[in-house]
Amino acid sequence: MINLENIVQTFKKANQNITKRIIVCAGTGCVANGSLEVFKSFVNIAKEMNIDVNIELKGEEKGYFLTKSGCQGFCQNGPLVNILPSGILYIKVKTDDVKEILEESILSDILIDRLCYHNKGKLCKGQSEIPFYQKQCRMVLKQCGVIDPENIKEYIANGGYVAAKKVCGEMTDKEICNMILMSGLRGRGGAGFLTGKKWDLARNQKASKKYVICNGDEGDPGAFMDRSVMEGNPHSVIEGLIIASKATGANEGYIYVRTEYDLAVKRMKKAVKDAIEIGLLGENIFGLNHSFTINVMEGAGAFVCGEETALIASIEGKRGMPSPKPPFPAQSGLWKSPTTINNVETLATIPVIVNRGVQAFRQIGTESSPGTKTFALTGNVLNTGLIEVPLGTTLRHIVFDIAGGVTDENGEVWEENFKSVQIGGPSGGCLTREHLDIPLDFDSLKKVGAMVGSGGLVVMSNKNCMVNMAKFFMQFTQNESCGKCVLCREGTKQMLLILMDITKGSASEDSLFLLEELAKAVEVGSLCGLGRTAPNPILSTLRYFRNEYDAHIKEKKCPAGECVDILSYKITDKCVRCGVCFAKCPVKAISVEHNRHYKINSIKCIKCDVCVASCKFNAIERD
Amino acid sequence: MGLNYNKFEKTCKILEENEFDKSKLISILQGVQEEYKYLPEDILAFIASSLNMPLSKVYGVVTFFSFFTLQPKGKYIIKICDGTACHVKKSTGLIDAIKKKLGLKDDEILTKNMLFSIETVACLGACGLAPVIVVDGVVYGQATPNAVVRLIDNVLKEEKEK
Repeated sequence: MINLENIVQTFKKANQNITKRIIVCAGTGCVANGSLEVFKSFVNIAKEMNIDVNIELKGEEKGYFLTKSGCQGFCQNGPLVNILPSGILYIKVKTDDVKEILEESILSDILIDRLCYHNKGKLCKGQSEIPFYQKQCRMVLKQCGVIDPENIKEYIANGGYVAAKKVCGEMTDKEICNMILMSGLRGRGGAGFLTGKKWDLARNQKASKKYVICNGDEGDPGAFMDRSVMEGNPHSVIEGLIIASKATGANEGYIYVRTEYDLAVKRMKKAVKDAIEIGLLGENIFGLNHSFTINVMEGAGAFVCGEETALIASIEGKRGMPSPKPPFPAQSGLWKSPTTINNVETLATIPVIVNRGVQAFRQIGTESSPGTKTFALTGNVLNTGLIEVPLGTTLRHIVFDIAGGVTDENGEVWEENFKSVQIGGPSGGCLTREHLDIPLDFDSLKKVGAMVGSGGLVVMSNKNCMVNMAKFFMQFTQNESCGKCVLCREGTKQMLLILMDITKGSASEDSLFLLEELAKAVEVGSLCGLGRTAPNPILSTLRYFRNEYDAHIKEKKCPAGECVDILSYKITDKCVRCGVCFAKCPVKAISVEHNRHYKINSIKCIKCDVCVASCKFNAIERD
Repeated sequence: MGLNYNKFEKTCKILEENEFDKSKLISILQGVQEEYKYLPEDILAFIASSLNMPLSKVYGVVTFFSFFTLQPKGKYIIKICDGTACHVKKSTGLIDAIKKKLGLKDDEILTKNMLFSIETVACLGACGLAPVIVVDGVVYGQATPNAVVRLIDNVLKEEKEK
């Protein structure tokens, strides 16, 4: 039988002679920027310099400890290197910096200024001084980016699986469901249904076989919260699943991960394997009367499989098409057995609630939406990345304090650049300047025609066209519509065609009426959430940015200068004939005429914007 | 057509690993695609008969999921992310520049010499680095039309040296 306390003691003992710990972020963002090379370089250079750097702790090693971590959230500034216990955070670390870090910050205690983050010229030593981190409330992500996600012992040493042990040993299934219901936890996957209620429904079913499923099919473009949790702290998801299985009486579980998330799949599989080996999954967990196993399944790239019934069909090896509810999966789900499906973040929140208690959990967030929510912050802001804030935080706080403000094409921050925030992906809506001070929670957002969705926040500046945005999302939903419901299949196609007409400047004034009519029809005439919410981006942009639609239709102009079909580039009198644009144009569309006058050939031009970006004299204009 | 049993050896192994279980069809197809980089028609027929299910059902599953492909792919696969964040950061400019560079027209995704194929994907989850492209599994963040043309040139150069 597994003894958590023993593991904690052994881990602490192994760590007691370690003076410093180096953590290299190995989330997808940092890996793309070369963090694995940095990690290797630490190992090699430490060896060359004869520094005692351990990458694994077996017994009582001395010296320093080097580990990888999951996503630390500050993705734009990767690769990130953290040094504990001092809490130093180095950003954009290259392999060439490794030697210096070892010499200065590991062997002695000197801070390397140039590798630190600077906030408006002021040096920030570590996370505690960087506004991006200071203003968050990291509860679910607390250990993401600190612990080694591939080491189950470290998760346990940080209080892991204590919650699972507690509920398995001390609570009845009814008490667990009640506790989660009292905590007011709402599903983080989008709709915000009460998790406790969902569990209770499954618990009340009389069946010999029940399932719990973790929905990690995070398909929203612009969202990567679940990926980060699965990569950074996979055991928290497994612990949540164990608790869910106990509460609903299930003994088999699935973790359904998008196949595009290579690293998340790999870490999740390893985590499950480790948990089985150590005895946290399998027969009679903790020596008690509860058995539970988990299978990790890779999705095959269909957005609609994020929908519960479609996800179940896909696990059964069929086309992932939704089926009508009721019966709800909690009544008849996977292979017709009662099935509970929860989102990754919801499950990762469960151990937090058990450990902290219902009261403490409810103190964070708002009355009707307690707790925190992670958001993937992207688009035209200074700091993109992964954040966690209490529900009910204002958009202003997120965009201007945490993200550091809206940037223009040169990366400069201008407050007046802010135009809109797209929230909730293809099923969400947009929020404008007037919404900057409303609290972000499930109910307030619904009132203004948006939704929390899975939590993608894309910040748009004046240079982003809202019609184009709506077109983009419609293209996505049209592509991903499974084809079962006529209105969703054909309606999204027709809406997309109308939007294409508008952005090409070939739409008439009747188009808008038709578009609105169609949007409302698709909303009521579709079976699942994909179709029902597909018109949201259109309805919400029509509501707040109708003037942009009008400009495209009546004046044949795109105010943001993004719709390339009604856009042309020209070189103005400001040109000093430096020839930079000529050299930079990837398709050689700029030609030299007599007197070194440059001219853009509009037929060859692919409107890639490189010339505008390269001109130091603002001599190239979009019209 | 004379059956070449060696041809199905790998598929047999994948089927065995999945216990000839119909419900594991997706996992079987994933295994086969990893082996061949695409799903050849005769292998799909083989899988269907091995699992005792109609080929139409297998075909239905294959065409439903975007991960599966019935067409062979190029030696180098360029994935261009067109997720929200990349889109906002002008990924369409990248697509156009790449297509122009490779001489691909309209809906073509494979170059004539079978060297490159391009795919647009909806969000790789590396939004912090937008716009993102992936060439042969390596992620390149904050890509520009110029940089991608250079990348392709480098690949071509390496290919020539081989």
